[in-house]
Amino acid sequence: MKVILRNPRREVQVEGKRRVKELLVELDILPSTVLVIRDNELLTSDAMVGGDDVLEVRPVMSGGSGSAA
Amino acid sequence: MKCRKCGGSAALELRRHNAAFCSPHFIEFFRKQVAEAVHRHRMFSPDETILVAVSGGKDSLALWDVLIEDGYRTAGLYLDLGIFDYSVESKAKCEAFAAARGQALHVVRVADAVGAPIPGVQQATRRPTCSACGLSKRYLMNRAALEHGYAVVATGHNLDDEAATLFGSVMHWQTDALPRQSPALPSTHPKLVRRVKPLYRLSELETAAYAFLRGIDYIVDECPFAKGATSIAHKEVLNRLEEASPGAKHNFLFGFLERARPAFEKTEGAVLQECTSCGQVTTGAVCAFCKLADLVKRRMS
Repeated sequence: MKVILRNPRREVQVEGKRRVKELLVELDILPSTVLVIRDNELLTSDAMVGGDDVLEVRPVMSGGSGSAA
Repeated sequence: MKCRKCGGSAALELRRHNAAFCSPHFIEFFRKQVAEAVHRHRMFSPDETILVAVSGGKDSLALWDVLIEDGYRTAGLYLDLGIFDYSVESKAKCEAFAAARGQALHVVRVADAVGAPIPGVQQATRRPTCSACGLSKRYLMNRAALEHGYAVVATGHNLDDEAATLFGSVMHWQTDALPRQSPALPSTHPKLVRRVKPLYRLSELETAAYAFLRGIDYIVDECPFAKGATSIAHKEVLNRLEEASPGAKHNFLFGFLERARPAFEKTEGAVLQECTSCGQVTTGAVCAFCKLADLVKRRMS
């Protein structure tokens, strides 16, 4: 499957099937810090992914000035 | 994973609530949390028009969306920071959002007020970018609200933002900052508008999920100056705690608001007066924003 990561934007190819939570562990990403999106739908941590899937792992963290709108 | 309410396929798991929700029930949950925040802190009433400060990011656009859906009268305020392509894209997102929903959007250019865009301010003053940016935003939000006659400004600060700010204040024992941390800051001077944070009960993951599920086109890339920012480091620490102990951020923030904050409140507040240069509210003779603008002007001349 293809996994699209952000900040910076990059793509990685991951072989085999696994659950989302296992994929995030392999990528060293905390589950609460990203949305995992497949075919315009959100996936929960127990969802199985693999094969020809294209996943976007979208970070949710923002910040900086502390007064951001 | 199943939705706690209907048993359908879940779109999002909320570990701190030990629950998962499908898309419609998560959106319902989200709106209830905003309504609870507004009610609990008497943030605004249905007969007021709310100025929503928007950045083009998930939080502020999600907030604006909820308020519109709940029938509030709103207008947007976009502060153009002049941060290269990031500002160009974020402004376009705000304009498209407002146009699609028939909402007014006020745009204020930071460069017009300070004398340079945020990158120029940083170069001229050598002051940390996020510090000058935050100061400018607070000042310009208040000024724009006064100029256009809005009594309240709503910002998209979420639970993670508030917990990270609290963490930073506690780490340095900034006891003056602690009483100012609140979901609703009242107007304590005729020239100081009320500031409210209706998303303070919702995490960053939840605001992102809401924006995604509502089809809101927001800017995903982070501000180029946020990399390495202290607030980001604090969020990362808190996220590690949250992973080990779901609800840690909620408990940290809500425990402070409910039990610790009153202990830091002073019986006598700071004496507010009008800046001799611009007329906005300050505790000194000249406000911090005018000092910043003056420094930029001198360094760039």
